[in-house]
Amino acid sequence: MAEPTTVSSTSPALDVKTPEQPAGINKLAGPATWVDDRLPLASMFKYKNKANFYVKKVFPDHWSFLLGEIALYSFIILLLTGIFLTIWFKPSMAEIEYEGSYQLMRGLPMSEAFASTLALSFDIRGGLLVRQIHHWAAMLFVASATIHMLRVFFTGAFRKPRELNWLIGVGMFSMSLIEGFAGYSLPDDLLSGTGLRFVDGLIRSIPLIGTWAEFFIFGGEFPGDLVIARLYMVHILLVPALLLGLVVAHLALVIYHKHTHYPGPGRTDRNVVGYPFFPIYVAKAGGFFFIVFGVSILMGATMSINPVWKFGPYNPAQVTAGSQPDWYMGWVEGAIRIMPNWEWHLAGTTWSWNVVLPGMGLMGLLFGVLGAYPFIEAWITGDKNEHHVLDRPRNVPNRTGLGVAGMTMYSMFWLAGGNDILATQFKLSLNQVTEFMRIAVFVAPVIAFLITKRICLSLQRADAERVLHGSESGVIERAPDGSYSEAHVPITNDEAFTLTQHEQYPALQAGPSLDANGVRNKGKGVSALRARASRWYFGQEITKPTAAEIEQAKHHADEDESTKALGH
Amino acid sequence: MRFLTSKRRHKAAKPVLLALALLLTGLLYAAMSPAARVSADTGNSALVAEGDGLFKVACASCHGLNGEGGTQGPSLIGVGAASVDFQVTTGRMPAARPGAQLPRKTNTYTAEEIEALMAYVATLGPGPARPAPAQYDPAGLTEEEIARGGELFRTNCSACHNFEGAGGALPNGKYALPLKGISGEHIWEALRTGPQQMPVFNASALPDEDVRAIVGYLEELHATPSSGLSFGGLGPVAEGFFAWVVGIGSLVLFSVWIAAKGARAK
Repeated sequence: MAEPTTVSSTSPALDVKTPEQPAGINKLAGPATWVDDRLPLASMFKYKNKANFYVKKVFPDHWSFLLGEIALYSFIILLLTGIFLTIWFKPSMAEIEYEGSYQLMRGLPMSEAFASTLALSFDIRGGLLVRQIHHWAAMLFVASATIHMLRVFFTGAFRKPRELNWLIGVGMFSMSLIEGFAGYSLPDDLLSGTGLRFVDGLIRSIPLIGTWAEFFIFGGEFPGDLVIARLYMVHILLVPALLLGLVVAHLALVIYHKHTHYPGPGRTDRNVVGYPFFPIYVAKAGGFFFIVFGVSILMGATMSINPVWKFGPYNPAQVTAGSQPDWYMGWVEGAIRIMPNWEWHLAGTTWSWNVVLPGMGLMGLLFGVLGAYPFIEAWITGDKNEHHVLDRPRNVPNRTGLGVAGMTMYSMFWLAGGNDILATQFKLSLNQVTEFMRIAVFVAPVIAFLITKRICLSLQRADAERVLHGSESGVIERAPDGSYSEAHVPITNDEAFTLTQHEQYPALQAGPSLDANGVRNKGKGVSALRARASRWYFGQEITKPTAAEIEQAKHHADEDESTKALGH
Repeated sequence: MRFLTSKRRHKAAKPVLLALALLLTGLLYAAMSPAARVSADTGNSALVAEGDGLFKVACASCHGLNGEGGTQGPSLIGVGAASVDFQVTTGRMPAARPGAQLPRKTNTYTAEEIEALMAYVATLGPGPARPAPAQYDPAGLTEEEIARGGELFRTNCSACHNFEGAGGALPNGKYALPLKGISGEHIWEALRTGPQQMPVFNASALPDEDVRAIVGYLEELHATPSSGLSFGGLGPVAEGFFAWVVGIGSLVLFSVWIAAKGARAK
C-alpha cells in the first residue's frame, strides 16, 4: 500500500522559474509552445521518440530515385494550377455566340466550355500561362511516371516485398492516362473533339455492347450535350481523388518497405544506407519541388501548347491534319493507324477487329503484362527472398532485354502515331512509313531483345575481367623482345565487391512427373514448362568470379611483378 | 419572171440551185463564223506567238506540241491562264524531274515570258484567267467576315493543310503545302485550278468572297503572335517531343545535379 499523499506548502518545485532567454527566441516561444502543447511537433525531432522514426527515416541518394519525385511534384503543380482553371472554366456544352476579345472567333457559335477556355486564354490575367503550365505539367507527370516505372523495372525494385506497390503504380499509370485524356477533351476545341471522336470509336468497337456503351457514356448520339460535364467530373473529382489516395498509399508503402538501394560495400538486404529524411532530404526534396515547378513555369511561359484558338470550336464536320492525342496516348493512335482493316459481319453484328484489337486489346495487354510481370518473373526464378538491394540491369540480361523490347515496341507504335509528321518532316511516303511500321512493331522488339541481352552479357564479362585482371592503366610497356603490353592496376576491394555482390541463382529443375505411387504429379513441384522457362532465364549467365579465382588472379599479378623485378 | 417559171423544169435547174444554195451557205458562214485569225490580231498575236515559242522549248516535250498532253504530262487544254501563272511563278513548272509531287522551286522566267505563256495556253481553250486583286485581296473585310473565313478554312482546307496551315501528309509521298507566306493570288489560283493533289474549288462551291475571307483569315492568323515557341504548328506530336526532350531532359539533369550536391551517402 502506498503512503497517503501529503501536501507540502513549501518546495523548490513550486517556485515558478523562467529561464533567461534571448529576445529573439522569446518572440517565437509563445506560438511555438502553443502549437507544441497540442501537436507532437518538437518531440518528433527528439531522438528515441516514436515519431522520430519518420523524421529520421533514411533514404539512399541516387539521381534515379528522384524520377518518381518529379511525378509527385508535377501532380502537386497540376492540383494547384487546376484549382485556378476550375475557377473560370465552364463545363457546359450549351451553344453560345462568342463575344470575347479574340477577333478571329468573334460571332462564331461554340460551346460554353470552349468560350470559357478562350476567355481563360485571352481575357483572364495569367490564364493562358496557367493553362500552359497545367498542360506541360500533365505531359511531365505522365512522362516522369513512365521513366520512374522504367527505373523500378530495370533495377528489379518490383520484387518481393514491393509487388503491391508496383501494382499501385501500374494502377496510377493507367489512371493518369484517363485523367490526361479527360483533360484533353474538356476545352471542346476541334482537336479535343476529334480525340473524343476517336475514343467514341474505341468504345463502339467493343464487340456486341459497343453501341450501348457509347450511348451510356455520351447520353445518346455522339457528341451529345453532356459528355463534357461528365468528363469534367472525372477530371477534377473522380480520378484526382483516386490518384491522391493511391499516391498516399504508394508513399506509405515506400516508408513501410523502406527505400531500396543500389549495391555497394556495406549495403545489404537488411539495411538502408543513406541520409535521414530530416534535415537532408527535406531540404533536397523541397528544393527539387521548386526546380520542377520552375521548369514547368518556364515551359508554360516560353513554349506554346495546345493553342485552342487556332483549332477553333469543335464541329464534327471539320478535321485538321496533325490531329494527334497527347504523347501518352500516341501509341494507341499509332496502333490504330497501322492496323489492317479487319472487320467481321456476323448475324447483324459488326466486329471491328481493326479498332478493338489495337485500341482496347493493346491497352489491356500493356497494363496486364505490367501488372503480371513481377509474378511471372518470380514464377520463373522461384525466388521467394526479400530484395532491398537493387539489381544492376546487366546482371539480369533477360529482364533487361524484355524491358528494352517492350520499350522498342511501344516506341514503334508511338512513331506510327506520328506517321504523317514523319512523312512530311523527313520527306517520306506516308504509305511506306505505315507499311514499315507494320513489320517493325514485331521485328524491332526481337532485334532489341537480342542486342540488349548480348550487351548485358558482354558487360558481365567485362565486369568479371575487371575483377580478375584490374583496370587498364593506360601505360604501354615494351618488353626486351619487342612485344607491347598494357599493365593493369588492381581495382579497389569496394569496387570488386560491387561488381560481384549479386546472387546467381541456379535454374529450377523439373520435378519427377510421376510420384512414388506412379500417379501423375500434377500441381506439385516444378513443372517441365517452368523448368524450361527458368533454364532460358538463367541459362546464359556469365558466372561471376569466385573468391578463389580472385585470390589466384591476385597471386598471378604479384608473380608478374616479381618476375619483372628479377629482370626476366 | 417568166424566165424562172419557164426554166424551172429545166434539167439543169436542180444542180444549179444546189450549187447556188451551197454558195450562199458558204458565204453566210464566211461572214458569220468566229474568225480566230482575225480576232487574235488585236495586238495579242505577237504575245501568243512568243508564248508558243516558249512552250515548244520548255513544255511541249511532256504536254505535247499543241498542249494536248501525253504520257508524261496532262493536257493543258482548258486549264486557263491562272494555272500557268500558279505553276510557273512558283517554279513548279517546268518540272525538273518526275516524282510523287513537283516541289516549289525558284522561278527562272521573267514576268513578260510568263505573260506570253499565259496568253498562249489561254488560246488552247477557255479556263480560269489570272484573277484581279479584287477577287482574292482581303482588304476591306470586316472582322466577322474574316472569322467566317476561319470556319471556311477549317471546313474545307485544314484536313490536309493543318489547323494553322502548317501542311500535312498525303498518300504515297505526296503532301499538302504549308500555307504560311503563300500569296492570296496563288491561293485563289490553286483553289480554282486544283494543281497536283489539290481538288478544284470552283466559284459555285467557294465564291470569290469566301476565298477572300480564307486569305484574310490566314493572313491574320499568321500575323497573330504565338503563345511561345510553336514548333512549326505541328500539334501534339511536336509538343510531346519537346515535353520529353526539354522537360524530362532538363529535369533528369537537375536530378543528377541535386543528387550530387551536399551531404551524400557513398
